[in-house]
Amino acid sequence: MVATLPSRVRANAGPAAARRRRSPWAVLRENVVWGVAVLALIYLLLPNLVVVLFSFNKPNGRFNYTWQRFSLDAWLHPCAAPGMCESLGLSLKIGVVATIVSTLLGTMIAFALARYRFRGRTGSNLLIFLPMATPEVVMGSSLLTLFVSMGIPLGRTTILIAHIMFCLSYVVVTVKARIAGLDPRLEQAAADLYANEWQTFRRITLPLVAPGIAAGALLAFSLSFDDYIVTNFNASNASITFPMYVWGAAARGTPVQINVIGTAMFVLAVLAVALGQLAGRRRSR
Amino acid sequence: MTATSAAPAARSRRRIAGLPYLLLLPGMLWLGVFFVVPMVFLLSQSLQTGTLETGYRLTFHFATYSDSLAQFSRQFVRSFEYAFLATVLALLISYPLAYAIALKSGRWKPVLLVVVVAPFFTSFLLRTLAWQTILNSDGLVMKFFRGTHLIELTSALGWTNGSQLLSSPLAVVTGLTYNFLPFMTLPLFASLDRLDPRLLEAAGDLYATPLTAFRRVTLPISMPGVVAGTLLTFIPAAGDYINSQLLGNPQTAMIGQVIEGYFLRINDYPTAAALSFALMFTILVLVSVYVRKSGTEELV
Repeated sequence: MVATLPSRVRANAGPAAARRRRSPWAVLRENVVWGVAVLALIYLLLPNLVVVLFSFNKPNGRFNYTWQRFSLDAWLHPCAAPGMCESLGLSLKIGVVATIVSTLLGTMIAFALARYRFRGRTGSNLLIFLPMATPEVVMGSSLLTLFVSMGIPLGRTTILIAHIMFCLSYVVVTVKARIAGLDPRLEQAAADLYANEWQTFRRITLPLVAPGIAAGALLAFSLSFDDYIVTNFNASNASITFPMYVWGAAARGTPVQINVIGTAMFVLAVLAVALGQLAGRRRSR
Repeated sequence: MTATSAAPAARSRRRIAGLPYLLLLPGMLWLGVFFVVPMVFLLSQSLQTGTLETGYRLTFHFATYSDSLAQFSRQFVRSFEYAFLATVLALLISYPLAYAIALKSGRWKPVLLVVVVAPFFTSFLLRTLAWQTILNSDGLVMKFFRGTHLIELTSALGWTNGSQLLSSPLAVVTGLTYNFLPFMTLPLFASLDRLDPRLLEAAGDLYATPLTAFRRVTLPISMPGVVAGTLLTFIPAAGDYINSQLLGNPQTAMIGQVIEGYFLRINDYPTAAALSFALMFTILVLVSVYVRKSGTEELV
């Protein structure tokens, strides 16, 4: 497999490759780079393949770790694992609300930081950066001390507060990058054509920034939906999210249904990304 | 570049005084109340004495720091060792991958990018549990290690214990590297994607060997990606306890595990808070030293 790849690459590169001088060392280097890259891709994807494969397993005991025989049971009865679908519902609810709030607040901050020079801008940038440079265990535990000291009961509200907090910075960074990459001439052209500021923003700026906002929202949702560490510090026994359910299952016994959810998420997300890219390509045409 | 592009827009908007502050306020307030204030509470908690039942009083008991760090120095140092190993491994694996995608994949680039990001979309706990399946004693990887007697080598080096791959430092570092690999690959890709292949051709025309061209052209251009990627890998890896819990044994415990246990099961808040704050502080010091160092290297 490794041996065939470079030839395909060479075919893709076309005339550019023919012009380049090719020493034996260069040929070897190309092989090595692709060889390591393919191994890295296998390393990245292997666990996903295992998750998909084992969603069709019928394990003998409580743990779904060794392959026994093919079965569609888990796919036909996804909610048969007690408590799992409730935890999934809670994670989806928290994920949606956290995404909406953090995307809204984060986009506002991104516009302020990307478009204005003002006092305290450096400090604001630092405050955005710090949560991303803080390990989850520190963020989770510090919020726990706040909630406990203030006598605030732990539950879905405290989880939501925490999720909005750590999603915010990622939305800001994503949207800010998009705003910084805009062509300023488009807005100037709108102004030349007598558009007022609000019209320019709504008809020109916002549609151009929208892909960045969408990417930020997608990132926020996946961060929220997948979070275990921060959530675990700020949850109660009555607010079990899907990752907390999986963590508990790792100790008690892993139902096949968690793999069904993992597989479905994977397929849906890949489809969404593929559709997004197709739409983007059609628009750019 | 940002200054020139933002200037006309800023000029036309200056009429609405205080608008940037209005835009900032809600989000910054949220970060202030739920990120900065908790840090103050955490620091205060670490200096208090008492119990969860009888309540805590701020007594500036600094001995909690020395006591807890002395008691858990092994876990503390181990966290940074494992995080360092995972970061170096992730860099060595990611660089060729990002290089191949950015410069050699042609029209397959978008597909390969999706492949790199795709693992993100399955719960990372599930993917970490999948490593239990991959590495367990009936698995193919184990058969390979047994067949080639590699397992005896890794045991002799102390990477594995006895005749299994799971519940070992090797498994924990494998899991850590795996979990944070996309965080390394994506920034590397972003910086390598900006590299104009003609620069490498020019280097070749000027009689640079491919190695020299890599060292003098490719590597400097990718340095921002290297710095961003190593930070995005090292910081979460140092605080992680999922991998050491699911793939390790008590001898591979990392500091996150101790903090979690002392907060949520033992309920000794001052000890847990002191360890948590010490972790944060150490990471901040390491990161600022690293960023400063790499910044000067970039100038050279």
